[in-house]
Amino acid sequence: MATLLDTIHSDPRGTAVPVENATPVNNHEFRADYEARRKIFPSRVQGFYRRLKWILVAVLLGIYWLTPWIRWDRGPNAPDQAVLLDLAHRRFYFFTIEIWPQEFYYVAGLLIMAGLGLFLVTSVAGRAWCGYACPQTVWTDLFIQVERWVEGDRNARMKLDAAPWTLSKWRKRLTVWASWILISVATGGAWVFYFADAPTLAREIVTLQAAPTAYFTILTLAATTFWLAGFMREQVCTYMCPWPRIQGTMLDENSLIVTYNDWRGEPRSRHSKKAVAQGLDVGDCVDCNACVAACPMGIDIRDGQQLECITCALCIDACDTVMDKVGRPQGLISYSTLVDFEHHTQTTKAQGREAAKAEQKRVSLARMATPRTILYFALWAAIGLGMLFVLFTRGHLDVTVLHDRAPLYTTLSDGSVRNGFTLKLASKTLEERPLELHLEGLEDAVMWTAENETRARSLSVIVPPDAVRDLRVFVSRPRGATPDDFTFVLTDPESGETVASKAQFEAGAKR
Amino acid sequence: MTDIGADKGFPRVPGSEPYRGEVDQPTGTPTTGHEWDGIKELNTPMPRWWLWVFYATHVFALAYMILYPSIPLLRDGTTGLLGWHSRSEVAQDLSAAETERAALYAQIRDLPVEEIVKNDELRETAFRGGFSAFKVNCVQCHGADASGSPGFANLQDDDWIWGGTLADIQTTITHGVRFAGDEETRYSEMPAFGRDGILERPQIQAVARHVLALSKSGEEDAEGAELYVQNCASCHGEGGEGSREMGAPKLNDAVWLYSSALTDIERQINSPRHGAMPAWGQRLDPATIKQLTVYVHELGGGEASTEEDAATQ
Repeated sequence: MATLLDTIHSDPRGTAVPVENATPVNNHEFRADYEARRKIFPSRVQGFYRRLKWILVAVLLGIYWLTPWIRWDRGPNAPDQAVLLDLAHRRFYFFTIEIWPQEFYYVAGLLIMAGLGLFLVTSVAGRAWCGYACPQTVWTDLFIQVERWVEGDRNARMKLDAAPWTLSKWRKRLTVWASWILISVATGGAWVFYFADAPTLAREIVTLQAAPTAYFTILTLAATTFWLAGFMREQVCTYMCPWPRIQGTMLDENSLIVTYNDWRGEPRSRHSKKAVAQGLDVGDCVDCNACVAACPMGIDIRDGQQLECITCALCIDACDTVMDKVGRPQGLISYSTLVDFEHHTQTTKAQGREAAKAEQKRVSLARMATPRTILYFALWAAIGLGMLFVLFTRGHLDVTVLHDRAPLYTTLSDGSVRNGFTLKLASKTLEERPLELHLEGLEDAVMWTAENETRARSLSVIVPPDAVRDLRVFVSRPRGATPDDFTFVLTDPESGETVASKAQFEAGAKR
Repeated sequence: MTDIGADKGFPRVPGSEPYRGEVDQPTGTPTTGHEWDGIKELNTPMPRWWLWVFYATHVFALAYMILYPSIPLLRDGTTGLLGWHSRSEVAQDLSAAETERAALYAQIRDLPVEEIVKNDELRETAFRGGFSAFKVNCVQCHGADASGSPGFANLQDDDWIWGGTLADIQTTITHGVRFAGDEETRYSEMPAFGRDGILERPQIQAVARHVLALSKSGEEDAEGAELYVQNCASCHGEGGEGSREMGAPKLNDAVWLYSSALTDIERQINSPRHGAMPAWGQRLDPATIKQLTVYVHELGGGEASTEEDAATQ
């Protein structure tokens, strides 16, 4: 690295702004097609968006790490973990909600909501997901912060990277990598707790008694976290991830994007005092490259909207800091829509830069309520409400009937005809309760089970809590019976809930 | 000449000449020299990671061939250093399963069937085991659905020639029916009324009509009724209720071992057929027979054990 502080210049009021020797390494003008990746060393920034991002990192990681440890009492017959994907027993618990595998359409509904939610957020706030909530962004942010703590800020890191492998460099790098590994293992480790009772599994993991799957999952996730957030970084977003391309198609002129307001910044000048003295037109951009140095994606936002931009808004903070120093209003780089941008450009042309700056405003919520976003929101909310409705009105009983295939029917001594059925009785309640099973139709038919051979039209059956019970039931009709339809009806005497399943009674001349 | 293409991720074979052929200018990649209508094929090198994976597969394959059975020879094949064999793995799995079931099996072997069915776990195990044993040993005659076929008893229904309690079924399976090699085998023989000249042909027809009438599927026949009382009732009972001690089937029910057709009944009276069943006690171990007993009993027609059965066990 030659001179890191290229030039020190002063604005008309005399505040020094260091000029970063920063190259937007991923700008197409600077990078050949077949060139290997050049490392990016984002500099530290301070400001509103940086603070917002730290809060989000804390909240999102907090949710991720703490959720499995929330306890939720469901009584003695179900686990007491609030969020649990119990694959072994095929049950999914989410606070008060319990989902059986055959109700997996709820998950489909959630995925549709997630998709529509992404459309909604993207059409309103651009790639907000990428910039704030995506795990790749969150963990990369965390990893870069670790680098900063150990190795220092941008210039120190660049210097260290170029330096030969001395003991001190090894020490710093090993510290960074060890910290990354710790975070990575914690990341992978938290994941498995969603699939088993967290305290039990934690004890098993520590005492090396957990299932190999648990260790394998932890190792895999730790390895991918370490690799993706530590070394792949922006390449994941640019080359591997499909979201940016999908989101790119959903932006329109009313979407918020991180915008360099060139109507205000251009022509940029590092020596504005001199230029003004010479009578030249000078914009607000002092060309200090702070925005480029801050960018974790290695681009220059002043080249306009680019597919690499994850709208993390760090360049906004970097630029605002500089604008404060040189005594100009913030917002040279800002969240803006194309409509606003166009409007300000027109004003600048007609009335000059200062007039446009005077009317440059913060983004209003009303602006975002376009027919498109309203439609997305309506669809999203409708699906959500529909799912909630179905979820809270769903029944707790289920009965399925399987007719014996061989033999279809058996003629008994007295000439009556017997059919065998296997009934699957599902009870989704958490208490064991006696249920009533009875026949509807076939007035002359009776039924019995192996346990209770009393011939009757109805029988009482105990189904274990939160389980499916297989019940063999025999149904018979007197001599001369013919094939006919009938119905098995299952009733919970306590709640009055009733479910039914149609069945066919088989009879006839033997082959 | 510069060493073009050497830095493109493809390690040049040591000692080989650097590429001196044509190089595609826009990409800097050497061409293969092939050209079709002015379009030249580029000789883009494989990515280095791909190459290493490719080499790794070779290493893996070689190690695998040395450690595991791999090369087929004329009679068998190479055994590999680890001595692994799929059959020994199956044998291990089988013995593991055996060990796991050992406790339940010991109980099934030692307890009488009446006790086995009282324990849910044992009954379930015995039923499943019986189902498997049935599929191997019994389906050839009694059918996959255990509903039999003409001459072979239907085990699904509630009509039993030799009795339908657990004890009866166990005895029948153990000693068989008319099985020459077992002294305790179930045995019965019906006289050949026609063939041996006991009854005339019209008499046989009359008896057959009466037998159909007994099962409420034919007209009453006075002559037949009289002949029946004289010749048949001693075994089959006055009303055709049969006798399990004699091994005489019920005639007044809706279940027929052979057929309910008049001509078939005549044929049976004229010259009876007698089915046989092996004494499975000579071939299967007692635990398996108990499992088969539970399975057959639970098919739907099993009868409750009498006090006497319970006492003798």
